[in-house]
Amino acid sequence: MTVRSEVPGDVKADEEAVRLTTQPKPVGLPRKGDLFGPLRIGWRQLTSMRTALLLLFLLALASVPGGFLPQRRINPLRVNQYIAQHPNAGPLMDRLRLFDVFSSPWFSAIYLLLFVSLVGCLIPRSRLHLKALTSKPPKVPRSLAKLPVNDRWETTHGVDDVLQQASTALRGWRVVRREHEISAEKGYLRETGNLVFHLSLILLLVGIALGAFRGFKATVLVKEGKGFSNTIISFDDVQPGRRFAASSLVPFSVHLDAFRATYGPDGKALTFDAAVHWAPLGGAEKTDDIRVNHPLDVGGAKTYLIGHGYAPHIIVKDTTGAVIDDQLVACLPQNSQFLSTCVIKEANTTGTQFGFRGVFTPTTVTDSTGHVGSAYPGLRNPVLTLAAFVGDLGVDPGTPQSVYNLDTTAMTPVDGGQAHALLPGQVFHLPGGASLTYVDTRQWATFQVTQDPGKGLALVASIGMVGGLMLSLFVRRRRLWVRVRAGGTEGAPTTVEVGGLARTDPERYALEFAALVQQLRPNALSGSRSTISTDVEERP
Amino acid sequence: MTDQSLGQLGDGLLLATVVVYALAMLGYAGEQASRKARRAVTSVRASSQVLVGAGGPSVTLPAETVTVETPSRSGRLAVFLTVCGWAVHVTSLVLRGFAAHRVPWGNMYEFSSAVALVAVTFFLVLVARGRVERALGAFVMLPVVLYLGLASSVLYTAAGPLVPALNSYWIKIHVAAAIMASGSFLLSGVVALLYLLRSRYDAQLTARRTPHFPVSLGAQLPSAPVLDRVSYSVIAFAFPVWTFAIIAGGIWAESAWGRYWGWDPKETWSFITWVLYAGYLHARATAGWKGNKAAWVAVAAAGALIVDYYVVNIFVVGLHSYA
Repeated sequence: MTVRSEVPGDVKADEEAVRLTTQPKPVGLPRKGDLFGPLRIGWRQLTSMRTALLLLFLLALASVPGGFLPQRRINPLRVNQYIAQHPNAGPLMDRLRLFDVFSSPWFSAIYLLLFVSLVGCLIPRSRLHLKALTSKPPKVPRSLAKLPVNDRWETTHGVDDVLQQASTALRGWRVVRREHEISAEKGYLRETGNLVFHLSLILLLVGIALGAFRGFKATVLVKEGKGFSNTIISFDDVQPGRRFAASSLVPFSVHLDAFRATYGPDGKALTFDAAVHWAPLGGAEKTDDIRVNHPLDVGGAKTYLIGHGYAPHIIVKDTTGAVIDDQLVACLPQNSQFLSTCVIKEANTTGTQFGFRGVFTPTTVTDSTGHVGSAYPGLRNPVLTLAAFVGDLGVDPGTPQSVYNLDTTAMTPVDGGQAHALLPGQVFHLPGGASLTYVDTRQWATFQVTQDPGKGLALVASIGMVGGLMLSLFVRRRRLWVRVRAGGTEGAPTTVEVGGLARTDPERYALEFAALVQQLRPNALSGSRSTISTDVEERP
Repeated sequence: MTDQSLGQLGDGLLLATVVVYALAMLGYAGEQASRKARRAVTSVRASSQVLVGAGGPSVTLPAETVTVETPSRSGRLAVFLTVCGWAVHVTSLVLRGFAAHRVPWGNMYEFSSAVALVAVTFFLVLVARGRVERALGAFVMLPVVLYLGLASSVLYTAAGPLVPALNSYWIKIHVAAAIMASGSFLLSGVVALLYLLRSRYDAQLTARRTPHFPVSLGAQLPSAPVLDRVSYSVIAFAFPVWTFAIIAGGIWAESAWGRYWGWDPKETWSFITWVLYAGYLHARATAGWKGNKAAWVAVAAAGALIVDYYVVNIFVVGLHSYA
């Protein structure tokens, strides 16, 4: 038996034994004369749980405007509308970056501070956990009866027998035997999971940043029979990352053969399908279908189907009867029934230029006042209703102009601006013998090409997050101690004392503890007393 | 049977579910009322004994007041009714699925029904495992009945096919996980509110004040530590599921919309909800935040979840505006 003379050391050991946590110990104030004292205090403040908690709540709060107000990155049109509708508050809100919440300096400041605080917390915790993983379970506390679960009995078995039985019963635990005592611990994976989860968060941020800096996103409208190649100039709209290199664009081209949409009887869309053929640069052509939820993947560059509309096929002849234009006109849908606006410009004529403006309606209905509308998004009764203008389109000076807008300031309306409703095959006769024929209806589709070099990392990080979380929430860390004392005289019974401590879910540990004790004391003599109290505070 | 009549049968069964749940709620409440009556009787008896002991006039209690109805009968019936209602609820959802030839969580009506089913399932599991007293039933079934009633009247949508964006096997994974997490979160939100009620009740008793309605309801509730533990264990289950739901949503969004995250309003609110629950888990382990403050965080997080599902779908324009 050891003599308990060094009480302070034992007290310290006892504290260590029941400190079942990998949270760093609170540290006192820095010593006097410590030049870095204030810095140290600041760092400790930033990396404290309390600060992390406040930053978490701030992060949630800062996201709220992004959840209610229109955001420029998603829908710039609605942002402009909102500002126009709120002439006083709108511009101020804009200056506060309330329409660009997630790229605003204040939002970035919050999550960067949160991540700094996280790193500052992870480093010491990882170090402590590594130490715990490589060291033995702590010594048996002096008083096992003070532990939340404990038991004590006497047995005729010898000391070594009992210790042997205990080691066998504690299979799966990390067990260390010190003389007549056993210390056991289990559930190290809890903290491992916790660290993996938080490290994965950092990894996720890296993945997101990689996508934002080196990624690429572009959209293009393609009419049936046309195509595009994955080069900057062939897109209508390009959003490259800040560090995007054009050389990293995967070279390929896509050709839209046909687009098909089907609708239910109530006009709800059922399927969208773009039949394409495509080829990598210098490679063989392949056919494929690009659908919603089914993008085309060429070497990491993904092509998505993101929109569609109608493109009436028109043929325009000049006064001599020569064909001057034969094209599909992309009309832009204005509502869910695909009432679409169309603009046609004929600048290639010698002399007078023509322009047309009107609407395309796939399933046309006319109300009592003569206004056309569409009653169904599918092609049941297509009509192209156009008004014609002659004069100067204003495209000559070479200034860029939208193909979807017709500037009629220098033009004269034909027939006083009267709109003509054309059925497929019908002809719009212009003064002087020129004409426009509405041949039939084709369609167009918009594609988005995306390259995100960070998304693989983000996925790996996400898997780490879920795995780590599950370990850290479902694994329970617990300790168990056994102390065996031989009887004083020959033939006197052996005394066995056990005690246990769990960091979480003490009720379940009490059951586990009781079952273990049951295994250990088959030959217990009378006089045992057992206390199982579950009424303890859970330790963080 | 035609799809339409299958769908109608499913709708009818959901109404039946609401009625059975409401009856179960009355059963739980009845058990509590009788327990309260018994307590009142015991206290009268106790005081009469005191009076007798003090040599005062002997008090004879009328026989009816003493023979109170066995308290467990009403409660047992309530649990039985909850299980019956649960079975009808499951049948209703399954029929919906058959009527629409798809998973029965394609619009807000079906989604709400499935979320309520998860909450009831979780509650029954907790009761069966002895983690919580069934007395909690009255307080759990009330929001469930209200929620289902609202879902089947305001959000009603006839069984039908899905819009193309939803037509993916990810709807099974992403939405199923979201429903599992949401049902649990809403249950934990109710329990957290009850915890706050109970702890205020306890505080008033400690301050020697007489609690008035609704704080007086605290007497009917399990103890504050039990409520706190239940709320925590439900959230500890739901949080990884919610994390998984968001990640599955990201994978789906990557194949449907060309990016895994884009701060769409639904994504933003899912994020806010996630951050608040992460806050709850940290708060519960931080000195000065345990107890009431952590419970308020759980309530706020459940509030963010409700905004995520209802306010965002109905009032905010975004990619998730389906039904």
